[in-house]
Amino acid sequence: MPDPALAHPAPVQPLLQTVGLTKRYGDFLANDRIDIEIVPREIHALLGENGAGKSTLVKTIYGLVQPSGGELRWQGRPIKLSGPSEARSLGIGMVFQHFSLFDNLTVAENVALGLDGKEPLRAVSARLADVARDYGLPLDPKREVWQLSVGERQRIEIVRALMQNPKFLILDEPTAVLTPQEADQLFIVLERLKQEGRAILYISHKLDEVKRLCDTATILRGGRKVATCNPKLETAGSLARMMVGSEIKEVKPSAERRTTVPRLVVNDLTLQPAELHGVRLQNISFELKGGEILGIAGVAGNGQDELFAALSGERLVKEPGTIIIDGIACGNLSISERRKMGAAFVPEERLGHGTAPRMRLSENALLTGHAAGDMVRHGFINAAATLRTVDRTTETFDVRKAKRDPEAASLSGGNLQKFVVGREILRQPAVLVVNQPTWGVDAGAAAIIRQALIDLASAGAAVLVTSQDLDELIEIADRIAVMFHGRLSAALPRMEATREKLGLLMGGASLDQKEAAHATRA
Amino acid sequence: MVLVEAIILSVLAASTPLLLAATGELVTERAGVLNLGVEGMMIVGAACGFGGAWLSGSIVVGALCGIIAGMLMSLIFAFMTLGLAVNQVATGLALTIFGIGLSGLIGARFVGERINTAPHLSVPGLSDIPLVGRILFGEDAFVYLSLALIVAVWWFLYRTRAGLVLRACGDNHISAHALGYPVLRIRMLAVLFGGACAGLAGAYLPLAYTPFFIPGMTAGRGWIALALVVFASWRPGRLVIGAYLFGAVTILQLHAQGAGVGIPSQFMSALPYLATVIVLVLLSRARTGGSTAPAALGTVFVPDR
Repeated sequence: MPDPALAHPAPVQPLLQTVGLTKRYGDFLANDRIDIEIVPREIHALLGENGAGKSTLVKTIYGLVQPSGGELRWQGRPIKLSGPSEARSLGIGMVFQHFSLFDNLTVAENVALGLDGKEPLRAVSARLADVARDYGLPLDPKREVWQLSVGERQRIEIVRALMQNPKFLILDEPTAVLTPQEADQLFIVLERLKQEGRAILYISHKLDEVKRLCDTATILRGGRKVATCNPKLETAGSLARMMVGSEIKEVKPSAERRTTVPRLVVNDLTLQPAELHGVRLQNISFELKGGEILGIAGVAGNGQDELFAALSGERLVKEPGTIIIDGIACGNLSISERRKMGAAFVPEERLGHGTAPRMRLSENALLTGHAAGDMVRHGFINAAATLRTVDRTTETFDVRKAKRDPEAASLSGGNLQKFVVGREILRQPAVLVVNQPTWGVDAGAAAIIRQALIDLASAGAAVLVTSQDLDELIEIADRIAVMFHGRLSAALPRMEATREKLGLLMGGASLDQKEAAHATRA
Repeated sequence: MVLVEAIILSVLAASTPLLLAATGELVTERAGVLNLGVEGMMIVGAACGFGGAWLSGSIVVGALCGIIAGMLMSLIFAFMTLGLAVNQVATGLALTIFGIGLSGLIGARFVGERINTAPHLSVPGLSDIPLVGRILFGEDAFVYLSLALIVAVWWFLYRTRAGLVLRACGDNHISAHALGYPVLRIRMLAVLFGGACAGLAGAYLPLAYTPFFIPGMTAGRGWIALALVVFASWRPGRLVIGAYLFGAVTILQLHAQGAGVGIPSQFMSALPYLATVIVLVLLSRARTGGSTAPAALGTVFVPDR
């Protein structure tokens, strides 16, 4: 046999390998015999829908979860990790999706907690400032985390991981909460880490990002590995097919819709936050006509939740004329009174806010439907009517569930979201306010929900969609405004709302006066 | 002059059990655990502390018995809330009810007995200085111990790495777990420390405050200690202010009542509670931002592995 080294460059020793890695939770296989190889100087993408097993896999690699079978190899040697500190000592670092930060501690304290050494806090602060400057990730060690923006919080996580000088860095959906410009800065850092000879495992939903950045992609579906490929040679469509396992229905762009009279008007809404660390809404004004979809973009935590609470009536404003639904001033009216006027609301958090988790779907249907319709008669629940709502929602929106009327918590995220959105749409509201309609929902369900929103607007309703997913807003909204620090920018018509412009607004820049004036006129 | 000295001495004595119990609860709550069983741990500590001292004739043995009894009580709490993830509020309330009953059982044979209370410090020369002498150098050991303890707790929480980890567990147990810290073990140690402090605080009553044991002698001091922790915004410095303020108003209103001030005695008895709450509310309003309560306080944590 000829020496392969003569014909090919020497095969690189994989830095990390998983061999038949399996994790079982009861009867559920979260990871089923997964084999992955990651070599130095590689950005390796891990793709898959929610529930495909990505998080379980990286938690196993980081020592947070003990595998039920198979093995991990580090530089060729089998290893058993007792916990994250052992993973860190080998040179494995991790940046979490839901940040593992402590809101009431300072940046330096947060970083110190992620380091294993006995370094005193002052030395940590100094080294932190060095690393942060070196990589162009500025941070003030003395600030408390709750004062920082989402982008800055992620910087803490990255700097904390870098301070351990890792050979292998795991990033779990790092760009989900960033503006496009912040994401670009992150990519520069990642490219540099790669040049320094480190390996990166990069989890993301965003296929164009993966195509741009990653050298290899491993695709998981239903806990199994379905493919390993070079994403640069694939199309976004072919990657999506591998993730989902079938074609995704295209959302039909809205046919020319006729806009009618203003149905939701907000005049100079200013509201103090109700919660500690909440955002103050400042002088928010917009007008939404029937037949129109207005999108509100923005990084999470810039006042979207507070705006939703004010619009839905979860929080009341003193001046009734601040919020006008179908010509009626209702800033001081309760959520039920607003529903009677034909408004419907879908909050971001589907379990706990959108539904009561331990109550059945029919009971949950009643909870938002009791004010209008026939679900309550003379103070008694009309059980038949509530079940009818469940059945109609199930049928129209393809909600998959084990029995006719299960508990809300037993549905998967995508199916529950279809139910929560469908429940409101079937009431044919005049105004629909929906927050993050497809957050954490698989691609198939997302397409159904987006189509339903477009159809609702075509039927004459005014639809307000808040989302952190710019692509979603560009796909369905007629105009897009951006929320930043509790203020709402002027709405840009879809044609003018490029990712770059929206990204600048999301980062707090204001478009120049001429453009802003133009946008308002349009 | 003698009266002022006497008042200050009795203020210190009245405040010490509150300060001890609240110090322990502060550490427990900083780790994210709400133990409402302070009153129960205190009263069991009082019964066992008195029993230990009466049987052995030693105040030190009595204090140790009180500490151990408080720790055993808190161990029950830790087993329920950390091991079995039972609701902390319900478990804490049950612990208090259980403790009151148990202390009656343990203490039944000691009722009516007397011991010699803890001796007061005596430094020749210093203790004889008028006014300040006895206040600074003539207290019983528990008073100095409680002050040393709160300083040590402050130093531990804000100046050591272990203290940082403990505060981190109280702020966000999911993050602490994700970073690899043993959240449940840290919380367990914090609960045990809280139990030890509550047991000592309870033992202080029959060992130093009065020379005998009576059932229910804690008389709600455990609840006051819990309230002090909240109104002190979980900060050691404010805890000292709160505990001594409460003690001071308690003693002063007794003297005022004795002097025949024309205010209804019920109002005077309520005064310590009112004064403490008002002052600590004013203090906590002056905060600069950030959460005052440990964010994960009272929440159950079950690690997934």
